[in-house]
Amino acid sequence: MNSHRIRVELPQHLRTLAGVRGEVSLEVAAPITLRSVLDALEARYPTLRGTIRDHDTLKRRDFLRFFACEEDISHKSPDEPLPEEVTSAKEPLLIIGAIAGG
Amino acid sequence: MSKVRVLVGTRKGAFILTSDGKREKWDISGPHFAGWEIYHMKGSPADTNRIYASQTSGWFGQVVQRSNDGGQTWEPVDNKFAYAHNPGTHQWYDGTPHPWEFKRVWHLEPSLNDPDHVYAGIEDAAIFETKDGGKSWSELPGLREHGTGPKWQPGAGGMCLHTIIVDPRDPNRIYIAISAAGAFRTDDGGNTWKPINRGLYSKYIPDPTAEVGHCVHHIAMHPSRPNTLFMQKHWDVMRTDNAGDQWTKVSGNLPTDFGFVIDVHAHEPETIYVVPIKSDSEHFPLDGKLQVFRSRTGGNEWEPLTKGLPQSDCYVNVLRDAMAVDKLDSCGVYFGTTGGQVYASANAGDTWAPIVRDLPAVLSVEVQTLA
Repeated sequence: MNSHRIRVELPQHLRTLAGVRGEVSLEVAAPITLRSVLDALEARYPTLRGTIRDHDTLKRRDFLRFFACEEDISHKSPDEPLPEEVTSAKEPLLIIGAIAGG
Repeated sequence: MSKVRVLVGTRKGAFILTSDGKREKWDISGPHFAGWEIYHMKGSPADTNRIYASQTSGWFGQVVQRSNDGGQTWEPVDNKFAYAHNPGTHQWYDGTPHPWEFKRVWHLEPSLNDPDHVYAGIEDAAIFETKDGGKSWSELPGLREHGTGPKWQPGAGGMCLHTIIVDPRDPNRIYIAISAAGAFRTDDGGNTWKPINRGLYSKYIPDPTAEVGHCVHHIAMHPSRPNTLFMQKHWDVMRTDNAGDQWTKVSGNLPTDFGFVIDVHAHEPETIYVVPIKSDSEHFPLDGKLQVFRSRTGGNEWEPLTKGLPQSDCYVNVLRDAMAVDKLDSCGVYFGTTGGQVYASANAGDTWAPIVRDLPAVLSVEVQTLA
């Protein structure tokens, strides 16, 4: 099966929880979509399950956003292919905690 | 020589305070889980090195942490709390039906004799347990499904199950409390439950003596008298001597009987502590004076304990799980404030001193007495 090396950047608290520093690099089987990348991320780091998306519905947690190539893809279908820059590891998939509060 | 370990959960992390039996000099460890809300931490009575912590965040949801070495290192365990069956609805603030939704773990109660067996009280109110040290959690659905669940409503802090007390003489008997549904008891290990709210009077609800709907803030028990419980309700301090079948008001001469915490002296089952708070609309002490009140008569007759506590310009709150006692010969009493102070008394409340003054707002305090 065709697979790709994908770069993922996590917010600080999730890096701490997963026990990683800097970007995460994942081997993800095609097709490369938001869903397949998150599946691979959670398989590699099980402690992240439930912290990015709901355990059962897999719905994105309200205060997290997904960005690819400076575009907010949070509301796109999780089954849409990610941009070529992400699938070729030129750009990371960004998981960002919303800036909330005052 | 004996030691004590105080487990402090705050809005921005966990702190562990340790001292020898004198309880004069303290080592401070933390913040653990920096930046996360730590609603509760508690150690296993069967293995004091085993500690569980509820770590939550508005961004990232729920994490449960477990330590096997007294809080030096931690490992995340399962964080999935799935209601059994279709959870249906409870009442929303306006009385309309609202689906049950998991929000966070408020309280972790390790069982008395098995460090792998832990109960969890969650919001929206339900009780879960793990029997494998946190690798998986399952609901005890008999509580939510016993019949009154659709009538439960959240309190101002959410519809939280915040108190779990296991009867030391009969582990099949468990008491829990929910804000704002009331107190409940099981006598069969959690399969079936019944409300135990007779005698409570809550003038702010449509039927002040309703079977459920009371805003119980906390309950405490002395292990030598498991049929006697003490309750800090929204307003009113109450006691029961028949396992919750009937409650009696024991507010007595308290200057205000609104408050959150209540606890019992480790060696004197009729000595109890509360921290009176001015009112439900002003969550701070009366007249800017932080006072613990102690009753040596199981209620009704109360004395203020003020030595070492601020007696002017103090406007902190003491939240429901933020008081605990140690088991040393001279009973130690501890409480944490929303101003980030943790106060300790090594003489059952006669005098107080802060262990720390500038933590984030304190959500919970538990104490382990170590050999």
